[in-house]
Amino acid sequence: MADELVLLDFWPSPFGMRVRIALAEKGIKHEYREEDLRNKSALLLQMNPVHKKIPVLIHNGKPVCESLIQVQYIDEVWHDQAPLLPSDPYQRAIARFWADFVDKKIYDHGTKIWRTKGEEQEAGKKEFIECLKLLEGELGDKPYFGGENFGFLDVVLVPFYSWFHAYEKCGNFSIEAECPKLIAWAKRCLQKESVSKSLPDQEKVYGFVLQLKKVFGIE
Amino acid sequence: MAEEVKLFGMWASPFSRRVELALKLKGIPYEYIEEDLSNKSPSLLKYNPIHKKVPLLVHKEKPLAESLVILEYLDETWTNNPILPQDPYERAMARFWAKFIDEKLLPTAAKVSHSTGKEQEQGVEEVHQQLKILENELKGKEFFAGQSIGYLDIVAHVLFWFYSAGEASGVQALTTEKFPIISEWIEKLIKIEAVNECRIPKEKHHDLIRLRRESLKSASK
Repeated sequence: MADELVLLDFWPSPFGMRVRIALAEKGIKHEYREEDLRNKSALLLQMNPVHKKIPVLIHNGKPVCESLIQVQYIDEVWHDQAPLLPSDPYQRAIARFWADFVDKKIYDHGTKIWRTKGEEQEAGKKEFIECLKLLEGELGDKPYFGGENFGFLDVVLVPFYSWFHAYEKCGNFSIEAECPKLIAWAKRCLQKESVSKSLPDQEKVYGFVLQLKKVFGIE
Repeated sequence: MAEEVKLFGMWASPFSRRVELALKLKGIPYEYIEEDLSNKSPSLLKYNPIHKKVPLLVHKEKPLAESLVILEYLDETWTNNPILPQDPYERAMARFWAKFIDEKLLPTAAKVSHSTGKEQEQGVEEVHQQLKILENELKGKEFFAGQSIGYLDIVAHVLFWFYSAGEASGVQALTTEKFPIISEWIEKLIKIEAVNECRIPKEKHHDLIRLRRESLKSASK
């Protein structure tokens, strides 16, 4: 019996991108469904009644929610192809620790950059760069966070690269000037088809952010 | 060897206590170091420079932070008495509910403990909604993990503290009338020796909550 896999997603969501990348890395056939977040589908509300958010991964009718949980689920079910988490328990824990760090810091600080102005925006920029520098430290001289191979933490972080151009324009600063190693890592990841096919164009994301700013009344 | 595993913790931290509970349930010997969070030890700051928080596990000199990350590490390294389910879907669900507890329920419960008036009322309403959702997961089961205690029970065992917090803040969000299934589960939990060993001293807990309420009140003046 063939597996039925549906991904409810929203094209600019970095969380959705994580799942797209994981599925592509493992060559898993699935149906992609774009959600209009201003008009959520009955299926989304039924499958994620607690948070009503995307992405939702529906595997043979059963929903899995929360992107880090979804990526781990995909890695565990399709464990024979392109393993994402390392096999050593301590290395796995380190990968999970940094994934948790990305979730707690990157999205919120990044949001401050496009959604606020003045002092609050400056604080957001500063914290954002500090967090990226910590991640650069974790990357070190490795080609990927996963070491020689693209892995879990790479999947978790690289989607945010598609938002960097928007952050830079809104915050009037250069991320590459501050974190050249991280940018080099992101471009290396983009050479992989699973990543380049899953991340939207940076200009498109910037256009989306400009629309959001209009909606929220931010200049 | 107890020296192999060290846990830096704090007696009133639900995150720290859940790691202790997991260590006890799996029979892992460890050395416990109580941290004074107003005066963090050089060891804690050295091993957890990113967040500077407890709990912090050090295994053979290798540090690990974040309680949920630590729980999974313990389960993968000491494979006896497994706490996470074997099935990937069950694991995903356990992780989902653990996240729900940590990101939604606990912050809301803290709001109830530390606030008054309208803010507290609102908090209680939110806690009720969240507890209702969580209670659904217990229906028809002995424990969240099924027949015996597991990962989600360990994460959720802090719910037992809600009674004690309620006594200190003057508002009981978790009552037997409103949440009979959760209350029954708590009764089962505290009969387990390891859980009992991780119970926080009630009076000390009351004092701590009252202290926090006072300091927040004077801070907002």
